[in-house]
Formats: sequence, structure tokens, C-alpha cells
Amino acid sequence: MVTLADLKTPKTNTWCPRCGNFGILMAFKKALVQLDLRRDQVVVVSGIGCHGKMVNYVNTNGFHGIHGRVLPLAQGIKLANPSLTIVGFAGDADQYDEGWGHVTHAIRRNIDMTLIVHNNMVLGLTTGQATSTSQKNFKTKSTPFGVIPPMLNPVAHALVSNGTFVARGFAGDMLHLTELIVEAIKHRGFAFLDVFQPCVTFNYLNTYDWCKERVYKLEEEGHDSADRRRALEKSLEWDDRIPIGVFYREKRPTYRDKLPHVKGKALTELPIDDVDISSILETMM
Amino acid sequence: MTDVIKNKVSVIVGGEAGAGITRSGFLFAKACLRGGLHVFGANDYQSLIRGGHNFYIVRVDAENIYSQRDTIDLLVALNRETILLHKKELVPGGGIVYDGEDIAVDAETLGRDDLKLYSVPLRRLVKELDGELIMRNTVALGAAVALLDYDLEILNDVIEDTFKPKVAASNVKAAKMGYDYARDRYATDFEYKLEKTRAAGKRNIFVTGGEAVGLGAIRAGCKFYVAYPMTPATPLLHFMAPLDRERDLIVIQPESEIAAINMAAGASFAGARAMTATSGGGFCLMSEGLGMTGMTETPVVIMLAQRPGPSTGLPTYSGQADLRFVIHASQGEFPRVVIAPGDVEDCFYRTIEAFNLAEKFQIPVILVTDKYLVESHGESAPFDQNRIGIDRGLLSTGEQYTAKEEYKRHKFTEDGISPRAIPGMRGAIVRTNADEHDERGYTTEDPELATRMTDKRFKKLDALISELANYETTKIYGPEKGEATIIAWGSTKGPIREAMKLLGEEGLKVNYLQIVFLTPFPTAKVKKVLKSARKTIVVENNKTSQLSSLIREHLLMPVDHQILKYDGRPFDPGELSKRIKAVL
Repeated sequence: MVTLADLKTPKTNTWCPRCGNFGILMAFKKALVQLDLRRDQVVVVSGIGCHGKMVNYVNTNGFHGIHGRVLPLAQGIKLANPSLTIVGFAGDADQYDEGWGHVTHAIRRNIDMTLIVHNNMVLGLTTGQATSTSQKNFKTKSTPFGVIPPMLNPVAHALVSNGTFVARGFAGDMLHLTELIVEAIKHRGFAFLDVFQPCVTFNYLNTYDWCKERVYKLEEEGHDSADRRRALEKSLEWDDRIPIGVFYREKRPTYRDKLPHVKGKALTELPIDDVDISSILETMM
Repeated sequence: MTDVIKNKVSVIVGGEAGAGITRSGFLFAKACLRGGLHVFGANDYQSLIRGGHNFYIVRVDAENIYSQRDTIDLLVALNRETILLHKKELVPGGGIVYDGEDIAVDAETLGRDDLKLYSVPLRRLVKELDGELIMRNTVALGAAVALLDYDLEILNDVIEDTFKPKVAASNVKAAKMGYDYARDRYATDFEYKLEKTRAAGKRNIFVTGGEAVGLGAIRAGCKFYVAYPMTPATPLLHFMAPLDRERDLIVIQPESEIAAINMAAGASFAGARAMTATSGGGFCLMSEGLGMTGMTETPVVIMLAQRPGPSTGLPTYSGQADLRFVIHASQGEFPRVVIAPGDVEDCFYRTIEAFNLAEKFQIPVILVTDKYLVESHGESAPFDQNRIGIDRGLLSTGEQYTAKEEYKRHKFTEDGISPRAIPGMRGAIVRTNADEHDERGYTTEDPELATRMTDKRFKKLDALISELANYETTKIYGPEKGEATIIAWGSTKGPIREAMKLLGEEGLKVNYLQIVFLTPFPTAKVKKVLKSARKTIVVENNKTSQLSSLIREHLLMPVDHQILKYDGRPFDPGELSKRIKAVL
């Protein structure tokens, strides 16, 4: 049985007091306890940004990679060993700016893993610049006259990319977020989870209060998470009321299900000491 | 009937893209190989799908050969452009097989009257067969076999081994029609003849450098191949992809080269032997990921197939201008290995070494090749599977971590190499980090730890250098004492060895130092050769002679001459021998 104490690391946490990341960290740990996963069978993969320090704060296997590349790194690990539980953590700049090019493709492949995006709608670690989820007219050091383009809608994108599990959580509602993470990890396929995570230092606009005033739970309003069209409609809701919870889920074969020759097998289980290539050589004579 | 030239011929098959040029050249070459002759094949194509001009050179000889020649003896032209482009390369008495009902050719259009014109109604014969137009190439091939008085049965065997039965049957018919037509009309007119030798049969293999790298990877136990298509690295993807099921490996084409290197790193972190390949532009995109593999001590093998740059450059041609780039790519300092195979055998054996070194020293290993090497066909004895064993270094893939001490992925050790566990192993927490980290993989900014970790990574370089003392990091060809020593790396090997033969025929003795490992640079071995060399000549396919600068950097010695070519085409041996002679 894994406990919260087991998951603690000796590293001193350097996030700002009240940072939304704490909510995600605790919800994730609780989810691992609830799922009773062994620490040595979980791999946490993170990118660059405040969120990236997750690898320092959860005592499981981990790979703290480079900016924007959580998804290909995590997919490589999962493809090589399907028995591992892979949870990627990315930031909004990390995933939606630098790493945006990987999002649709990871979702389409439906590799069995979870992506949790710490979305605080601002670049924190670089001391406050706009990201693609910053709201229009949001003023930052890099956008002193306000953000010009409209914000990117990650949930809608995940849905039109044929995501098999698309959800949004709020770091200020840890119990709900824990449930979402449990569901995401349990989902057999690619689980996409965008999480509002207020940056208490650099985002003066999208604060805990701002979120609390707006978020409501899809499941409490009778949303049918099997209805993709309706999910897409819900994903377009913004401004006054913002839905959290599972927008959509479906069962679909994973990428590895379509590789019958290695199905269920870790690549390390395949012997490599004496791979015989003589039959290929013969075709070349 | 003049003197017969036996078992020594160069043939070009040319036509527009999509006309099956490479395939017919390949079939012809393989038919010669099976007749006990020695062969070399190289292709030349443009960056387009249809139209343009493609050609494939086949050189055949009774002796061992290593590259194309400067001239050709027989031109199989499927369009007019082929004739106009190659007429000057034909030797006096050379022949042209073409469709006289499609193309008008005479001494005037050729600008010379010393060529033999062998018109064969390719289109009409295909029509009579009720075949597809693309089969013109097989009809022409049959005609070429007749002109060369070679054995049609061998060609038929090759066709039957290459195509599915139905396609094979119609191609065999097409070849026979061309053969009969040419035999009836031109009988023994052509001076060049081929005859199968006592070595006939399935003895040697005929492979591209790309295929040889792929075979090496499979033999080395590569279980994860990930690559985004980019000429000229794509042939490796095409080789690996159809083999995934029978060979139990995962081959995946991701969204970009950035994804490719990161996926390879992920798979390797999980314990699989992983590889990716690309060309210069893709390698630019991989550079950040390359540094991550260095920092996280994650083994990965990368093949870079060079083409001329900068930027898109000449996308379907060959060059050697990325040497400095691969040696230095990515920010910061970390040990790496850069290996440059020079022929198909090097491609096979060096790839296995690349996988071993990557895992043993937990570093990225780059195989630097180029279009000419990856796409040209060379002959070799079947690769010896047992010459190089599998060495996975300190990797343990068991289910349980058994040591008493807590597992530390980046544990400090005497030689800097830490035991490598993989995630999923019971009792071990495997953590790594692209940020500077401590032994457990936690981020650190501590100055003392940062120094120790850098030193740890570089201790591996010392261990690596000791290990490489047992590797063939350089090779010497030719006489021990020569009038000059040629120094080169990579695919110039073939043309250099041919140029040496030509110089030898003139009584000029030169030897040749092939530098196979560029990083770490085999300083001692190169120094030994250079010190005793009468004159040194660096031969390279780039503008700034990057190898010369490497030699200066490591040996503090200049080289005497540089022979450079950077038009995207390989050296021809005649051209090269003349340029060598000019500086002797």
C-alpha cells in the first residue's frame, strides 16, 4: 500500500505560497494512494516551468525533460513498456506554446497515458509573460498593452483531435481534481486533463476567486460524457460560467493494441542477445 | 568486330522520375552479382515525384570495385534528356539503347559520331505485350543484356525473386522481347561483353548503406526505431517499417524530429535499444533533445544522413559539411561519440558498435553518413553476425532491484558510469533530469554538485577513450610507405580506393587513412600516420575542409593539401586521381 508519506521527497518545495500547483500535487498523490499504485510502476514526466518541479516533489520514477517535450518523451516510455503508469505534467506555455505541435498527435494516437496541464494562463517561472491561454487584453511584461489574439481553447482542441478522455479540473477543488486524476489514470487510452491552477504571483486576473465564481461541475448538470457534439458545445462555454469535469470519454483501442506483435510486452522482455538476420541477408544476394 | 572488352562495363539507366529507373538498374546489377561479377550501384535523382531526370549507374567488373567510374560504356535511355545529359560521359564506341520510334537521335544531336546507336521500339514492344508503359525499362534491360551477350536466365531469376509472380511473369516476357529484338538486329556489334564466372551463384550481398545500417540496428537488438521522413535518411525508415512485425520491434513515424529524439530517449529510458535518423535540417530540430540525452545519460543512436546545405540546400544530393555540426550540436558540454562509416560493411559493423557504446557509456552516439553512402548499393560478403557481440554495459532489466543500497540513477562511481535500472523494476526508483541534478535525479543548483556531476559525465569520456583503444577507430589502406597519405572520413572511401588503383596503374603509390571515429578523435593513431607521411592530402565533400581543422585542433599539425568538392555529387575516381596527382 502506497501512502502519502511514501510519496514525499526530501526536496524543499519552492513554489510560491498558495500556488495552484500545490492543489495538483496533493490531488495527484491522493490519486496514487487511492489507486494503490506502486511507486516503482509510476513514471512522472515533466517539462519546463514551475510545474516541471513535480518530478522533485513526488517520489516515483521520473523524467524531468525539456520545454514542451513531455508528450513525445512520455509516449516513448509507454510504447517501450506498457505496464508502466505514465503521467505527464506540463504547463500552459510548456504544452500549449512550445509543445503545441505534439498535442493533437498524442491525442490521436491514443497511447495509454495521462497528460495533466497546469494551466495558469501565464508564464510564471520566467517572471510573468503571456501564454496562448492568457486572456485577450491581459497585460504582462511581454504584453504591456494587452494580449492581442483570442485565447487558445485546449479542451475544444482535444475534442476535435478525437480525444478519448477530455477533462478540465480546478486546483482549488482538490477532492474533485483527485477524482478526475483517478479517472484519467484509469482510462485506457490517452487522457487529457487541463487544470486551472491560479498563479498567485503573476496572474492578477485569473485568481482563485475568479475561478470559483465561474466554475461548475458538468456531472452536476447532467452532462452526458458520451456525447461528443454536446461536449464540444460545453467546451466553448467561457466568461460567466466555465465547466469542469469530464467533457467526453469513449473506449477505443490504444496505439499499442494495434501492434499485435508486441502487444502487452515490454520491449525489454524481447531477447536481443542473438537476433538472427540471416534470412534478410539471403534476400539481398 | 574489334577487340572485346570482357567483364568491365559501366552502364547508366536514365529516364524521368517514376519510370522505375533505380529498380531496373538494381535488377541489372544484381543479375551481374549473381553471375559472379563485382558490382557497384549509385542513384541520382531530383526532388520531385514525376518528370525531371533520374539515373542509376551500375558498374560491373571482374575485380573488386568500390565506386562508379567517370565514364560510361552503355547508356540505357528511356527519354531524350538522358541522352543529351550523358552523351559526353560515353566512351568512344559506347552504346545507347533508346526507342528510335520515340526519340530522334543522330550524330548531329549527339555532337559526335563515335557512338553506337541501338534503337529498340520499347513502347511498341510493351504494347504488343499488352503491358504497362513502365515496363519499357525491362524491355530495355533485356536489350542491354543481349548487347552485352550476358545471360538472360540470371536476369529472369532476379526478376522472379524481386516481384510477385504475376508481375514477375510479365517482366520476364518483357525482358525476353527486348533481348530477342536486340540479339536479332545487333548481334555481336557491341564491344563490351559480360560473362558469368566460376563465382556465379548467391554468394555476396548487394546492399545500400542505409540497409546495412538497418541490418546492424536489427542485429544489435534495436527495438524502437522512430523517424520523421527526410531525404536521404528516409530509406532507413522504409527498410525498418516493413520488418516491425516479424522482427518484434516498434517503428513509429512521429510528428517531427523533435518528437523523434524525445520518443527515442523515452524508449531508451524504459530500457529499449532505441534509434532515430534524419538529415541536417531534422538534426537541427533534434539538437536540444540530443543535449537532453547527454545530460540525462540516456543512450540513443542517431544516424545523420548528410546532404548539402545550408538550409534545404540540394535535398536529394550528397555532402559532408555537417561534421563540425554533429560534433558540437547542442548547448553545454557532454561526451558523445561520432562515427563515420565509409562503406556498407562499415555501416553494418559500426552500427552495432554504436548501440554498444551508447549503452555502455550511457551517451548519445551519432552515425554520420550521407546520401551517397546511404543510397548507393555496394557489394559485400554476407555480414558476419558474430564479429561484434552485444554489450549492454551496466544495464539491469530484471524484475527486482536487489542491491541493499537505495538505487541512484546518477550514482557517483570511479569511472563515472552509474548502474542503470529501468522504471518498473521493483524496489528501484529511477529518476533523471535535464536540469542539473544530484545522484537521485533531483534538481540541484548547488555549485559543488554541479561541478561533480559535470566531472562525472566527463569521467565516462576517459573510460570511453580507453575502450576505444580496442576499436578500429582508423583504418589504413594501401602501401605502408607512399608518396602521399590521403586522409578522409565517410563516403569518400569508395572513390579514394578507386583513385588509388588508377594512380597505382601509373606507378604512383599513395596510402589512405580513413578516420572512422571523429569523436573522440583518435589523436594518437592519426598522429602516428601523419608523422611518417611524406605529404598529407585531405579529401572531403565540403567547402571549408572541416576534417583539416579537426586535425589542426587535435594534433596542432597542418595538412599539406586539401581536395574539396561541394557540388552535391560524389568524387569520380578519375577526377580525384588527377587532382591527387596534381599535388604529388
